[in-house]
Amino acid sequence: MSRKAERAASSRFGRCPTDISEERLLPVPLFRRGKREIVEHFDVIVVGAGPAGSAAALTLARKGFSTLLVERGRSPGAKGMFGGRVYAWPFAELLPEWAKDCPIERRVVRENLAFLTDDASLGISFDAPKMAQGRGASFTALRAKFDAWFAKKAQDAGAVLVTGIRVDDLWREDGRVRGVFVAPNDRVVSDLVVIAEGATSTLVRKAGLKADLEPREVSVGVKETVELPAETIQERFGLDETEGAAYLYTNRASVSLGLVVSSEDLSRKKVEIQEIQTRFRMHPAVQRLIRGGKVVEYSAHLVPELGAGMMPRLSGDGILVVGDAAGFLINNGYTFRGVDLAIASGVAAGEAAEAARAAGGMTAANLGAYEKFLRRRNVLTDLERFRRAPLYMKKDRLFDVYPRMLMEIAERMYTVDGAGKERLFDVVLDEAASAGVPKLKMLLDLLQGARSM
Amino acid sequence: MTAGGTAGRPRRIVVCIKQVPRAQELQVDPVTQTLKRVGVPSEINPPDANALEMALQLKDRLGTEVVVLSMGPTSFDESLERAVAMGADRSVLLTDRILGGSDTVPTAYALSETIQKIGGYDLLLCGEETTDASTGHVGPGIAGHLDLPQITYVSEVRIINGKVRARRTAEDGTEWWETTMPCLCTVNFGCNRPREPTLTGKIRVKRGGLVTHWSCADVGIDPKKVGLFNSPTIVAKVDTVRLPSRSGQIFSGEPEESVRKLLASLVADRVIAA
Repeated sequence: MSRKAERAASSRFGRCPTDISEERLLPVPLFRRGKREIVEHFDVIVVGAGPAGSAAALTLARKGFSTLLVERGRSPGAKGMFGGRVYAWPFAELLPEWAKDCPIERRVVRENLAFLTDDASLGISFDAPKMAQGRGASFTALRAKFDAWFAKKAQDAGAVLVTGIRVDDLWREDGRVRGVFVAPNDRVVSDLVVIAEGATSTLVRKAGLKADLEPREVSVGVKETVELPAETIQERFGLDETEGAAYLYTNRASVSLGLVVSSEDLSRKKVEIQEIQTRFRMHPAVQRLIRGGKVVEYSAHLVPELGAGMMPRLSGDGILVVGDAAGFLINNGYTFRGVDLAIASGVAAGEAAEAARAAGGMTAANLGAYEKFLRRRNVLTDLERFRRAPLYMKKDRLFDVYPRMLMEIAERMYTVDGAGKERLFDVVLDEAASAGVPKLKMLLDLLQGARSM
Repeated sequence: MTAGGTAGRPRRIVVCIKQVPRAQELQVDPVTQTLKRVGVPSEINPPDANALEMALQLKDRLGTEVVVLSMGPTSFDESLERAVAMGADRSVLLTDRILGGSDTVPTAYALSETIQKIGGYDLLLCGEETTDASTGHVGPGIAGHLDLPQITYVSEVRIINGKVRARRTAEDGTEWWETTMPCLCTVNFGCNRPREPTLTGKIRVKRGGLVTHWSCADVGIDPKKVGLFNSPTIVAKVDTVRLPSRSGQIFSGEPEESVRKLLASLVADRVIAA
């Protein structure tokens, strides 16, 4: 190539305004300055590729929105944590064929509710093989596999998934959300941002939708995953290859042992959660099931606990909040729901975006329809119904005095040592008296429990 | 063929990178005595990542175009995509079965041919060496094929009056060298901190079209000069260093007593004097 032709070919480099005779070291590198800055644009950016985010991205992409799904972990599920169980009902509508390729660990066919003291356990067991079928089906899952599968569904529908990026803040212009901000010179513009960041969402606070979390609003969940051969699990839990038992969740080749303790209780009683977890793991009733296994994973996460009592504002100009970030979690003592509400809220967010688009734009007023779609799926209604449950369960009597009492009663019921047997009713009254709970209070707790659960 | 000197600053930088197994996870197969590469997570060869960062810093300041080049199987796309996500403008992978088994001689030849096909370059940057072979041959080999001035073991590059001035790490200190463009520099490992990919960069990768695959025929590489049979290096033997086993001994009991026992043992073994 001749010099002249070459210079012509490279002429776009010739108009650089910078003085190039001596390289100037600028204090701040100007990456793609001025007109050369390329800002990517999407209709919607979903922050967080957990169940809520993927459900939102999937729904949005299907409705024709160009959708970016941004995940902080190296892959979806890498940073996620949950107890281990998914209620499958939202899939009936969203992915009717879900059971074909969903990475189910085991289907839940038995519910156990057990009270444990130092060395004894007292439980109710409910066997129901038909729970594994139909709309009420539920299954155990591992986040690394489940979230990856779900995010893939969103990608297949056309959403663009980017992992390994932490969104630092929202991009605001003229008082409304206009996209996300990762670093100076690294922002992406959108008409709507869906926050699906989980329980510890910082964007919800930065968007001014909620104040800082209070200790009473969150619990700490810890989980240990104990590796065991699949056959051992089947043998010990009396399961076939695909069935599972809930609470101490059985996965295919591991068992998840988890517990959730209120942050307030932890600080008030001055105990370390690891200590409680260890005592739980070492409990004879648990040890029987996991002995010989190796703890291969330990995880901990905050759990939003106050449900309807801690919800942020759910929508604003160019913004919607879904899943745990919105506090969509129901723990009423016998069921623990998060993933199903997350998925349902993601779908509702997609519908709200569609409605807002039809109404002329992603304004706070138009996005207000989100609540309507949440109610249609009973998300808000269930949350409101169980609003009192967290407060009820905070009573010490429920997790401390009563289990101990029940255990004492059971011990006296079943002990035959020739020392003379009492009638059951007398045992109960006697134990209640020695536990120091007035009869009226017991009756009241029972009544409140029935109402809040 | 290029004219960086007249423009005063480099217009296009080509950075040569290699994808290598992540060093911490490397294992030598005890039977075959070769590196186990299957199933080991990969990364951009760390010195090449420093070369890329150096190029991107020049781009930040001068608006230079950065093209990343590699030669290898299509699994190298992972690293080439990462390079684009970090801020490179585009990347090229020279990939062809006939290149399999090439040592540093055919590699330097094939890369230099590909660089000529990319064209328009003023500065070529390579890492000082790879972490999986550590020869340091390829960068200088490319400079040889293209008949370019080269500065090796560079930790800093400045563009001054249309010339490259580079700080070279020598055994007994540092030297400053200056040369005209186009030229080639091999970059010191650890001389800068490679940036993380950006969201915008990752989206650009997802949108596609920024990683180009070329075969030997696309570039016009002579098949008789590449591949295993045209590689003069013969790996005669690879030895693994076996750590000597240690005869551990635990002194139990009361602290004072066990310390006394330990001391006595160390004295007996003449590790310390009594």
